[in-house]
Amino acid sequence: MSSIDTKLPDAEDLLHTLAQKLQPLLQANTALVGIQSGGVWLMERLLVLLKKDISSNAIEHGTLDVSFYRDDFEKRGLKAENRPSQIPFEVENKHIILIDDVFYTGRTTRAAMNELFDYGRPASITLVALVNRGGRELPIAPQITAADITLDASQNLQLIRDADGTLSLTLQPSTATTQTNQADHKHE
Amino acid sequence: MNNPQLDSDGRLRHLLSIEGLPKKILNQILDTAESFVGIAEREVKKVPLLRGKTVCNLFFENSTRTRTTFEIAAKRLSADVISLNVNTSSQSKGETILDTVDNLIAMHADMFVVRHSQSGAAHFIAKHVPNHIHVINAGDGRHSHPTQGLLDMFTIRKYKPDLHNLRVAIVGDVLHSRVARSEIHALTTLGVPEVRVIAPKTLLPAQVEKLGVHVFHDMKAGLKDVDVVMMLRLQNERMNGAMLPSAQEYFKTYGLTQEKLNLAKPDAIVLHPGPMNRGVEIDSSVADGNQSVILPQVTYGIAVRMAVMAILAGGG
Repeated sequence: MSSIDTKLPDAEDLLHTLAQKLQPLLQANTALVGIQSGGVWLMERLLVLLKKDISSNAIEHGTLDVSFYRDDFEKRGLKAENRPSQIPFEVENKHIILIDDVFYTGRTTRAAMNELFDYGRPASITLVALVNRGGRELPIAPQITAADITLDASQNLQLIRDADGTLSLTLQPSTATTQTNQADHKHE
Repeated sequence: MNNPQLDSDGRLRHLLSIEGLPKKILNQILDTAESFVGIAEREVKKVPLLRGKTVCNLFFENSTRTRTTFEIAAKRLSADVISLNVNTSSQSKGETILDTVDNLIAMHADMFVVRHSQSGAAHFIAKHVPNHIHVINAGDGRHSHPTQGLLDMFTIRKYKPDLHNLRVAIVGDVLHSRVARSEIHALTTLGVPEVRVIAPKTLLPAQVEKLGVHVFHDMKAGLKDVDVVMMLRLQNERMNGAMLPSAQEYFKTYGLTQEKLNLAKPDAIVLHPGPMNRGVEIDSSVADGNQSVILPQVTYGIAVRMAVMAILAGGG
């Protein structure tokens, strides 16, 4: 790992910051949706941290794998291990809180929103990301983040989960040739 | 040997037969299909994967179910679909297969789904088309029907997830059946330890044992303790000459009745690729009974065909 790694914030600290910021949004008729895979890890942790608010408001949750909605499907194809999206509740008229790990170009968010609308018409969508690393390519931005850092396009910020469930951030040189591609490889 | 189904990186380029496909690719298709099953239960039963693509169903031989499910699969992937019954069009005016294909390529078709009564027809087209075009075999002669084989595997996996612990019997007209051939290759590739075929000698291909199956001529012995019974259709239209005394006689010996099915394990499931000859290879009460998974097969067939098209369009 490069020395730049040491400057990265601690993902576990960020998670608690994110939980605090998210708490006021947990009201009736709200549902959480995690984007595979980092967003789902975060959601699983948030479900525990915010257990009280979630159960008192009967907040449901689901997961999205946006592989079938990506705008670069033709270049990348399908991953071998795509997981079925699971939205076990009525999306129609719900306030959806969409959770992702690293916000970059906004293309993953666009794909996730397109998929959500195929389940129904939500009342609203709020985007929550652990880190906004800058570099968006679309008029989409997260409303809630725990950290905002600016990274070069040659760097690839990833959320990692250890065997014991601890979350951490790592920085790697980007392998993809185009900016768009490398952002979208962050889950792999 | 050059396998036209795979590109130089070992990714799926055409789906022509189960034979020659590694276990990894079969599992990739089945796992991807898993993700497509849920789409049919949503408000919008579509994903945009094949948006802007044109899928051409080229049916030189009739088939309602296969053509319809391929059409639905392509449409749920947002493709534009053209279905041609070629025996009623240009072919009857003397155009060759490759001329038909070239004309459709000139109309910017991106994918061909081919059914033909001649074995090897889909291979023939696959060898001819330029690199960016994909071919799916939807049944060629007696040779192969890979998506049927895959949807059968998907269905079995749904009800009996541990494939490494199964005893499967394929019953009926194995000789004329491309479905049977695809099923046998798929079952053995996926590691099913015991595959049986049950049929009269006249309806078995020579040296069928070489495919790795156990041969039974007696239905009662063959069905004993199996987990899965895969019935085949008696293919009257492909038979010439007297291979069987009569349909009634066949039913008596090889037709699946509840009484015979009771010899299998109590939780055994029954599959049939359709269309069924009720009262010939299968009794109505079994076809409609609670061990039958014949209609789920049709539903899963859509998800499996979506998976194949999505994987091909995404470059494997």
